[in-house]
Amino acid sequence: MTELFGIPLSALLSQLLLGLVNGSFYAMLSLGLAVIFGLLNVINFAHGALYMMGAIFAWMGLTYFGINYWAMLIIAPLLVGVFGMVLERLLLRHLYKLDHLYGLLLTFGLTLLIEGFFRSFYGVSGLPYQVPDALQGATNLGFMIMPNYRGWVVVASLAVCLATWYVIERTKLGALLRAGTENAKLTEAFGVNVPLMVTLTYGFGVALAAFAGVLAAPILQVQPLMGSNLIIVVFAVVVIGGMGSILGSILTGLGLGVIEGFTKVFYPEASATVVFLIMAIVLLIRPAGLFGKER
Amino acid sequence: MNMKKSKIAAAVAACTLALGVSSAQAQKLSDDKIVIGFITDMSSLYSDLDGAGGVEAIKMAIADAQKALPGKKIELVFADHQNKADIASAKVREWIDQSGVDVIIGGTNSSTALASAKVAAEKKRPYISIGAATSRLTNEDCTPYTVHYAYDTVALANGTGSAVVKSGGKTWFFLTADYAFGHSLEKDTSEVVKAAGGTVVGAVRAPLNASDFSSFLLQAQSSKAQILGLANAGGDTVNSIKAANEFGVTKTMKLAGLLMFINDIHALGLKTAQGMYLTNAWYWNQSPESRAWSRRFFDKMKRMPSFIQAADYSAVTVYLNAVKAVGTDDADAVMAQLKKTKISDMFTKNGFIQADGTMVHDMFLQQVKSPAESKEPWDYYKTVQTIPGKEAFAPPGGSKCSMK
Repeated sequence: MTELFGIPLSALLSQLLLGLVNGSFYAMLSLGLAVIFGLLNVINFAHGALYMMGAIFAWMGLTYFGINYWAMLIIAPLLVGVFGMVLERLLLRHLYKLDHLYGLLLTFGLTLLIEGFFRSFYGVSGLPYQVPDALQGATNLGFMIMPNYRGWVVVASLAVCLATWYVIERTKLGALLRAGTENAKLTEAFGVNVPLMVTLTYGFGVALAAFAGVLAAPILQVQPLMGSNLIIVVFAVVVIGGMGSILGSILTGLGLGVIEGFTKVFYPEASATVVFLIMAIVLLIRPAGLFGKER
Repeated sequence: MNMKKSKIAAAVAACTLALGVSSAQAQKLSDDKIVIGFITDMSSLYSDLDGAGGVEAIKMAIADAQKALPGKKIELVFADHQNKADIASAKVREWIDQSGVDVIIGGTNSSTALASAKVAAEKKRPYISIGAATSRLTNEDCTPYTVHYAYDTVALANGTGSAVVKSGGKTWFFLTADYAFGHSLEKDTSEVVKAAGGTVVGAVRAPLNASDFSSFLLQAQSSKAQILGLANAGGDTVNSIKAANEFGVTKTMKLAGLLMFINDIHALGLKTAQGMYLTNAWYWNQSPESRAWSRRFFDKMKRMPSFIQAADYSAVTVYLNAVKAVGTDDADAVMAQLKKTKISDMFTKNGFIQADGTMVHDMFLQQVKSPAESKEPWDYYKTVQTIPGKEAFAPPGGSKCSMK
């Protein structure tokens, strides 16, 4: 069998695919963060908690109301999006003029509240959630057994990421969003309702997080702290990609997922830290991130 | 920008359960009261195994013991160590120096237990470790004040390890949590497997809370071993089993959970977990006494107790009885009394604490029931084999502890 650095090529290929699966979660979460930071200038620390809400809503939908996975894939992001918009209207709105740090502190506090709320009901052991029937089973790719569900995760999240990128970079709506980011006052002078746009953008960003949460529910332990395990890595992804860069966050998310996957083969002990090592190096060489622009 | 979540400073609550004024002739209690300090994971991955349920179990023990010690004031203080050894040792030090804590009940997480046990020994206070698994507590790191009460990695290894090898699982691969507990469990189980005639073909060390275990499982699968030993705990175990089912690892390898709690089975559901072997120290449905106690616990917590929570109750009861017997909370006197006590309660029938601090008692090799076999909620296990305490735990002769 062909080998590379003493590891069979087939093993490396399978790790590449698994890295893409994890990377697509990173991509979707960091994309939401990038959109929110781009327009609102808020570092949304609550992103992990909202991702968790997506997963728990999926479970609640199935358990209490018998709503299946496919429906919850739409409903949970909508609910979390609305919840996010309420948060934006009531709380975040007042912080836009202040330093980034205030937004970070507020959303950090919200994270603790949301996680604590769900923990008091469901504990931390996790809630059972099965892979939907249509995606049960696995496909033999020759070099590995790929569970169908993981394949679906990659397809779904890439589709959502690319659609988001297209809307923001290539459509009129996206142009208005970007204009609002550059100069809110001037955009408003052209008759655009910027505050409404900001609210909707925040709702959309957190809906992306909830979507990722529903996607994660069948494969990861659904529990109130599931977001906090992920959010730190996702922040590192955003920093490496460049704060606010849409395409940057998608590519960096996927790329880091793959690098992390390879680390799990060569030196598993470092797989939890490799992302931060890369972050440190990137910050030293390109402080604005790989795809970011100096402002 | 490492914003590691430091959960707001550990909330320390104290509750006084005794109204009785300590009588004038209440002789030799320091500060005229017994203060129990309980430190565990109250908020993170192990908090369902112990946490608030552990606090409730200890409160039940104090309430029950109060009847036997009328007029004595028994207090409980508890704190969240957030799974950080430095927080645990600092809190224990503060409790002993400033709050007059007489005994420490150590909850989950081995690294915090090793750190706290050192402080307790330095300050001469009994340290009863319940939730931690590492056998180092009664070997390299043993102290005259440490009692390791519920289980240890040796007992887990002896249970699952030897039983699985005997039933034909000769080649092993380990998926290990990369910290003190995981290393200890992997090492102890490897020794048992080798002694029983099996071989260990490899291991992969995954960081704690790795969430995605698929990479590690593929590595395990390519090892071609028959048995995948899960040397991890809590959410890590749950996520590994979920991924093992998904990637078809369970078709080529058998899973052996080296440390699984009833809460994990509850979270996985019997459909996913059925057929797994695991070693247990106690099961809520093992005897009439344990059933009765568990019902009381269930009424308060709305879930069945883990063996850790049952051991919390038992250990506090045994400690308070020892204080009653010697009439003082002086650490040396109580330790001497504990080491000659026969333990027989709802937790175990024939327990005793040997010189190195291990509480030797029967362990159980159990198998997870299928959904069809389960008759009621929380009816999850059938006992395959009872492992007598002396076989389960390392005899003092084999211990690396200097006190034998």
